[in-house]
Amino acid sequence: MNWHRVCADSALPTDFGMAALVAGHTVALFRTAEDELYAVGNVDPFSGAGVISRGIVGDRAGEPTVASPMHKQVFSLRSGECLDEPTRRLPTYPVRRREGVIEIGLS
Amino acid sequence: MSNTLVVIGHGMVGHRLVEEVRERDHAGHWRIVVLGEEPSPAYDRVGLSTYLKGTTAEELSLTGAEVRADPRVSLRTGVGAARVNPNEATVLTTEGETLHYDALVLATGSRPFVPPVRGSDLPGCHVYRTLEDLDGIRAAAEPGTNGVVVGGGLLGLEAADALRGLGMHAHVVEVAPRLMPVQVDEGGGAVLARLVEELGLRVHTGTAVESVWRNERGVVSGVSLTDGTAIDTGMLVFSAGIRPRDELAGPAGIEVGERGGFLVDPSCRTSQAGIWAVGECAAVRGRCHGLVAPGYQMATVVAEQLTGGGEAEFEGADSATKLKLVGVDVASFGDAHGTSEGALEVTYANNAAGTYAKLVLDDDASTLLGGVLVGDASTYTTLRPLVGRPLPAAPEELLFPGSSPGGVGAGALPGEATVCSCHNVSKNDITAAISAGSAEDVAGLKACTKAGTGCGSCVPMLKTLLDEAGVVTSNALCEHFPQSRSELFEIVRATGIGSFSELISRYGTGRGCDICKPAVASVLAGLSGSHILEEEQATLQDTNDRFLANMQRNGTYSVVPRVPGGEITPQKLIVLGEVAEEFGLYTKITGGQRVDMFGARVEQLPEIWRRLVEAGFESGHAYGKALRTVKSCVGTDWCRFGVQDSVSMAIRLELRYRGLRAPHKIKAGVSGCARECAEARSKDFGVIATERGWNLYVGGNGGFSPRHAELLASDLDDEELIRILDRFLMFYVRTAERLQRTAGWIESFEHGLDHVREVVVRDSLGIAADLEEAMSRHISDYTDEWAAVLRDPDKLSRFVSFVNAPQAPDPTIEFTEQRGQIRPAPVMLPVPTTERSGLVSEEVSA
Ligand code: SRM
Ligand SMILES: Cc1cc2nc3c(=O)[nH]c(=O)nc-3n(C[C@H](O)[C@H](O)[C@H](O)COP(=O)(O)OP(=O)(O)OC[C@H]3O[C@@H](n4cnc5c(N)ncnc54)[C@H](O)[C@@H]3O)c2cc1C
Ligand code: SF4
Ligand code: FES
Repeated sequence: MNWHRVCADSALPTDFGMAALVAGHTVALFRTAEDELYAVGNVDPFSGAGVISRGIVGDRAGEPTVASPMHKQVFSLRSGECLDEPTRRLPTYPVRRREGVIEIGLS
Repeated sequence: MSNTLVVIGHGMVGHRLVEEVRERDHAGHWRIVVLGEEPSPAYDRVGLSTYLKGTTAEELSLTGAEVRADPRVSLRTGVGAARVNPNEATVLTTEGETLHYDALVLATGSRPFVPPVRGSDLPGCHVYRTLEDLDGIRAAAEPGTNGVVVGGGLLGLEAADALRGLGMHAHVVEVAPRLMPVQVDEGGGAVLARLVEELGLRVHTGTAVESVWRNERGVVSGVSLTDGTAIDTGMLVFSAGIRPRDELAGPAGIEVGERGGFLVDPSCRTSQAGIWAVGECAAVRGRCHGLVAPGYQMATVVAEQLTGGGEAEFEGADSATKLKLVGVDVASFGDAHGTSEGALEVTYANNAAGTYAKLVLDDDASTLLGGVLVGDASTYTTLRPLVGRPLPAAPEELLFPGSSPGGVGAGALPGEATVCSCHNVSKNDITAAISAGSAEDVAGLKACTKAGTGCGSCVPMLKTLLDEAGVVTSNALCEHFPQSRSELFEIVRATGIGSFSELISRYGTGRGCDICKPAVASVLAGLSGSHILEEEQATLQDTNDRFLANMQRNGTYSVVPRVPGGEITPQKLIVLGEVAEEFGLYTKITGGQRVDMFGARVEQLPEIWRRLVEAGFESGHAYGKALRTVKSCVGTDWCRFGVQDSVSMAIRLELRYRGLRAPHKIKAGVSGCARECAEARSKDFGVIATERGWNLYVGGNGGFSPRHAELLASDLDDEELIRILDRFLMFYVRTAERLQRTAGWIESFEHGLDHVREVVVRDSLGIAADLEEAMSRHISDYTDEWAAVLRDPDKLSRFVSFVNAPQAPDPTIEFTEQRGQIRPAPVMLPVPTTERSGLVSEEVSA
């Protein structure tokens, strides 16, 4: 697996996702209020549109989530699983912070 | 546990039988073995369509943990019965095992009927009965292409609506001359067809599929109909009726009915001793029943016999049905076609409103026998339980309760009347549960009486009964806030809390979600006047607000500049044309008298708006729960009939209320005379000129449930009009619930429009000055949201495609061409995989 440098830690606001282009993949990057980082696929599996990063971040019974802005299905940021419809999921990517830079791992 | 009961089929009725036996068998007489061919245990087939709208298989499941843990029950899913041998009292399973039974119940349901058209077995052909069928349909659905449903009955329409929900253009083909021929008559059918077409489905009645075409890969590519219509489609869904699954009958020597189904007597016994049949596979005295309620009744009848309850009999069934399509109300009950001897019919048709109602009465018009309701079935829950009973009021009063004082409510229902026919629950059962305190809301009633857990059509009546019992139903916004929107508005106003995080930490729990965040954002915007993308507020906004543009199906955005009153100079029109051309945008005239430009990528929005703002345009708030447009006709300046200057008034109102954030969008219209060319009465507020001034109408809308606005005040001069409107709108903004438009808000008051008139015209609460003051603050605080973004580098920095490649176009966005303009070409990107999925969020920095 390769770690790709994506952006400065300060470029990612809290609870406001950003999309990133990593080795040809579109990735949605989030920071929650607890300062946890999550990276999931940016393509909404229901609509096929690259919009997940623009969804509202929140929680369901404590599980950090993002709601697709297209038709509001809610996904777990931890597992990528769609909580409204477990047959669909988002891919998840390892993400870390190093020397003030956010990095995403991709094979 | 000496005796074995084998149940073949674990569908809705088989499951109910097992439940009933478990409940009654106190002596532990029976060991139950259930063979279910489907991979999952019994689920709510009636609610199957919701599976395509997000309900999970888990939520649809009927089988709770207690059944699975019950040592008396052995549930074998994925295992079918291959053969029954009555002589030896055994069942051979599809796994080759032989099971002995002391009693056998057949509950094998039905299979969809597929008409014998050549090609109906090709890949691309589907049926609509099981979770697996729907998984197949979902996987094969291609948004934007045609899908054809064969069969325009109850299920066919549900299936077609499901295809529509998957983004397809759905067609319904029905061989009878009207939709739902079994349930509705000709008059109702005509209204129904219109409603269904308005929903976006294409209806082909009086015609059948003639041939199915295949492409070179042997997959369905289209159909032609007997009326000559040809439809290109890769998906055919057959929903042309059902046939009982009685294939076990022949080899076992069980008699079948003339039209199929295991022939049973009213005690549900087949011709072979020790074998019963229940549900859709049972032909009681030769007749099969395709609804769940009669099946449940049969399950009770058999369970009673098995547990020593004597000779219970199936009494015949309520054939009442209600179509479960949002926006298309159809209900049919009792003797809907008036076939009883001497039956009289009372019919009301309102073609303008798209409603049709028929009541069937007995020969002296004293007893209700049945009815058909199309377009508005709100009286269904009161009427259905009255079938076979004396009319409690005149037919008009039954169909239009409220048309005279003291109308017919739940109070008119006798206690023993059935409220929920799916589960045979009477009004007495419900009121007893409420007064015993065992149910505080609809969910509670569902849990303790089962009412409302079948087709759901009795749920409105459950609400009414709760209301009448004085039970306050919960209006919590979501799991994070126990309050409603209007309560939060009051909290924010009283405490002066200015941020979501403070509000949730003091009055809610957790981190919030896509329901409460935008609702609170709207409350904060209504009270503080700060820019909606200011700091934390930006994270609360729905995607449209977040980028001040409307998201389209492929993730691009549309741009709608404000054109007050629909009046625009040629110069400005040219600018719109130039901008659209330069950025390659699709242009369309909207239904709101302005121009929409589609297909802009996130990173292009600031540049597009820079051009527009320079030319004097501002945001049109097409994305916001806010004032949209004030539509106008040309009025006295040009029109021969105009009596007031509607254009000037429309512009004045649009500029006054632009940017006003509200619980839902607000639309308006101003017409220059009673001819009403601006369609003002279909708006949240509509102003219509009179010789002496203006009439003000409120509470109209198009959309899902169209309403005509009603007169609030008449013959107002300009200043009076504006004063009342200021109060009306502010009162709405403060007290309505999330996503409640003005019509629903007005109806939510006990005295409806009269109450609103008391408050905003007569100032009965003494808050008029406060409301006016709040409105004038809104007006003086107004700034154009887009101009403000362009001035603010921090906000601008969010308008990028990728944080690490800010101007790189998103590779998932592609267009094709149509009629000389662009159109989205959705590409499903292959989802990349990683070796390790799951989260690694580690702090490695120094
Ligand atoms: C563009 C337009 C269709 C057109 O090409 O004409 C349109 C397009 C949309 N309408 Fe509409 N509506 C448009 C006029 C209407 C009208 C007619 C009118 O305004 O005179 C109606 C019926 C009148 C009414 O609202 O009472 C209408 C009833 C709806 C509804 C149903 C509202 C309801 O109360 O049931 C929705 C859904 C909603 O708001 O929840 C909706 C939602 C939408 C959304 C915002 C759906 C969405 O969330 O993406 C569409 C996106 C617009 C975009 O991307 O720019 N649109 N929509 C019209 C824009 C008018 C404008 O200039 O702002
Ligand atoms: C989309 C849809 C919407 C509906 N809406 C309504 C509605 O609004 N109101 C209403 O009253 N009804 C509605 N119905 C009909 C309702 O679902 C049925 O009446 C009800 O499910 C019948 O129950 P059942 O147990 O007889 O049959 P089913 O629920 O079909 O169960 C029979 C089961 O037996 C299994 N089986 C068959 N043969 C064998 C075998 N040899 N061995 C083992 N297992 C076997 C089948 O796989 C199936 O799981 C709807 C149906 C559908 C498909
Ligand atoms: S423009 Fe309006 S009517 Fe047309 S698809 Fe969009 S929301 Fe529906
Ligand atoms: S009538 Fe069907 S759930 Fe009550």
